[in-house]
Amino acid sequence: MLKFVKGHLEHIDGVEIFPIISLLIFFIFFMGLFWWVFTMKKSHVNEVSNIPFEKDQNNQVL
Amino acid sequence: MDVQQFYYDNKIVKKFIYATLVWGVVGMLVGLILAFMFLFPNMTDGIPWLSFGRLRPLHTNAVIFAFVGNAIFAGVYYSTQRLLKTRMFSDALSNLNFWGWQLLIVGAAITLPLGYTTSKEYAELEWPFDIWLALIWVVFGINLIWTILRRRQRHIYVAIWFYLATFVTVAVLHIVNSMELPVSALKSYSAYAGVQDALVQWWYGHNAVAFFLTTPFLGLMYYFVPKAANRPVYSYRLSIVHFWSLIFIYIWAGPHHLLYSALPDWAQNLGVAFSIMLLAPSWGGMINGLLTLRGAWDKVRVDPVLKFMVVAITGYGMSTFEGPLLSLKNVNAIAHFSDWIIAHVHVGALAWNGFLTFGMVYWLIPRLFKTKLWSLKLANFHFWIGTLGIILYALPMYVAGFVQASMWKQFNPDGTLVYGNFLETVNQIIPMYWMRAIGGTMFLIGMLILCYNIIKTIQTGSKVTDDLAEAPALEKVTKHRTANEGYHSWLERRPVKFTIYATIAILIGGAVQIIPSLIVDDYIPQITSVKPYTPLELEGRDLYIREGCVGCHSQMIRPFRSEVERYGEYSKAGEYVYDHPFLWGSKRTGPDLFRIGGKYSDNWHLNHFYDPQTTSAGSIMPSYRWLIENKHDRSNITGKMEAMVTLGVPYTEEDIANAEESMAAQGLKIEKNLYNDPDFARIYEEDKKYSKENGIEFVDMRDREVVAMIAYLQRLGTDIKIKEAN
Repeated sequence: MLKFVKGHLEHIDGVEIFPIISLLIFFIFFMGLFWWVFTMKKSHVNEVSNIPFEKDQNNQVL
Repeated sequence: MDVQQFYYDNKIVKKFIYATLVWGVVGMLVGLILAFMFLFPNMTDGIPWLSFGRLRPLHTNAVIFAFVGNAIFAGVYYSTQRLLKTRMFSDALSNLNFWGWQLLIVGAAITLPLGYTTSKEYAELEWPFDIWLALIWVVFGINLIWTILRRRQRHIYVAIWFYLATFVTVAVLHIVNSMELPVSALKSYSAYAGVQDALVQWWYGHNAVAFFLTTPFLGLMYYFVPKAANRPVYSYRLSIVHFWSLIFIYIWAGPHHLLYSALPDWAQNLGVAFSIMLLAPSWGGMINGLLTLRGAWDKVRVDPVLKFMVVAITGYGMSTFEGPLLSLKNVNAIAHFSDWIIAHVHVGALAWNGFLTFGMVYWLIPRLFKTKLWSLKLANFHFWIGTLGIILYALPMYVAGFVQASMWKQFNPDGTLVYGNFLETVNQIIPMYWMRAIGGTMFLIGMLILCYNIIKTIQTGSKVTDDLAEAPALEKVTKHRTANEGYHSWLERRPVKFTIYATIAILIGGAVQIIPSLIVDDYIPQITSVKPYTPLELEGRDLYIREGCVGCHSQMIRPFRSEVERYGEYSKAGEYVYDHPFLWGSKRTGPDLFRIGGKYSDNWHLNHFYDPQTTSAGSIMPSYRWLIENKHDRSNITGKMEAMVTLGVPYTEEDIANAEESMAAQGLKIEKNLYNDPDFARIYEEDKKYSKENGIEFVDMRDREVVAMIAYLQRLGTDIKIKEAN
């Protein structure tokens, strides 16, 4: 499949950097995302996932 | 703590539900009429505004913007208030949102059948409506964001994130794709041409599916499924991953609608790669929705609301599995342009959007009217007839798509096509079209049963009043993170920052794919022999757009042996540089027309428009008799050409000054050609004589619409001459 991509891209100057930048963007984006998610506190997760059910409390506590 | 009292606005929710149901019936009914037109092509014979090409955009727009759109607003207005513990920011804006949206839909319902269309799929509405839509969308956005700012709930629940992403992204998509130059009150030309236009359009088209039919409904899923099952979402952590990865990845996948087309390969392959990745967040969301029902499956047996939701989420899972599959080039080579795609989108529309809406309506109406659902039995019946309707719709269309695509590609040992006549492949799948029409009928019957049940429920209920609620006001806290506060929980209480980050996430993909096409000069290799359309051809092209020919005929020959053999040399990007808008199409109910020019005589085209079945036995194309009777419009041709010049088409001043003469001369030439057929000469002369004797105004053939149309069709694909290899 690469033969389709190659011809179009290889005459762009400094094209080698693009895949590396792309990989970095992705790697950082998803690593950051998973880091957020895994470091969330259980109590906070419980609190927010119950928002649809709460009648009169509004999570004043941070 | 100071507890404040306030009222949730229920009346606006009620209005949007009514609109959802009314437009749902209309949209589905138009769809059903279209389904029957495959079986009885001349059922609306001679009525231009009820012809297939004009009704098709009405069906898609009514279902997407009217049915699903109103359902989105109903669900958003109900859940947002409760999730944020506040009334909507402004009743006036809520009502402006409602009435403005209905006005848009009425405008669409009038102008689309009259042939006012840009021809870009799901963006067919002409420029005044584009502006109006943008304004109303901003009204919705202001109302939503100000409600968030005035909330009494510190953290913003995941459903609201999906609503925010919907608002931001739809605004960006709509504005970029609707860049067009008006030439009259209801006519405009796309600012982009050919390949660029296709790229922008499918970036929009794909993400209209993503951010109009998917993300808002995911927000609704994250609110209404937990409410209906009475248990919190399975994994809140998964919902965070779902949200960010979905909006980040979705926006890149648009070019998978243009595989094997004249779009540069790198953009095609980028679209494929992201489409495959998309499977992960989509299925993460589906699993999250279904597992919310863990331990509640006994309720699914008895509660129609949950039944509808389970099928809806399953439908989401199926269509988001199929999406990445269809974006693989080898699968796409078979499925694209065939009824497989019709099956795919209807699994999404009927199951995911339809059934989630139905579940939501069955849940909301008894609560709003403080009563019980009038008939559980009818709701269950609706569920079954609807589910069977979806199956009976989708399965035959899969079979039809596969059968027809295989027939298109089948070769004899001597290298000729087995089914050289396109119509053989159409006639083979007529039984499938029958089954589809029956499935669609069942789905519509279910919808009518829902309406009846809802009317009865409303009659037994009490008047809708605004619910009284109370909650303490939010105390002001630091905008910085507090000790022990996680980054995301901080971000969840900073809605503006959150929206900005979400916007950045969606802009990256669009920027990478689209900006190069607009700024790189050699993005499209130029072909010197490709020249702008003559004035008469340009007018003919506008008629082609008006009649919605693009709904059934593509203008994009893919570089396959089977297509080159059937249609001629494959399409080059440079051949479309003057096409504002592009007319590649997405479905081949009839054959590709890109190299139709010169293939048939002018007389053949005339006869074909008059009665397609006489020239092509078994054709399911309707007659376009009005093209043969009506006079074509030359009044605005200079305005049109000047608009094209503004957009970069190299007409000279001389071309524009001589436009009307050129139209008359080319029309006369075609009229002379038509005289080659003695039958035409005889009938035409008799007709002329009859009109003269009876004092009826007679329009010369050279001035009629069909002549402009023939001029355009005969030009198509003739700019490059392909040398035979032998």
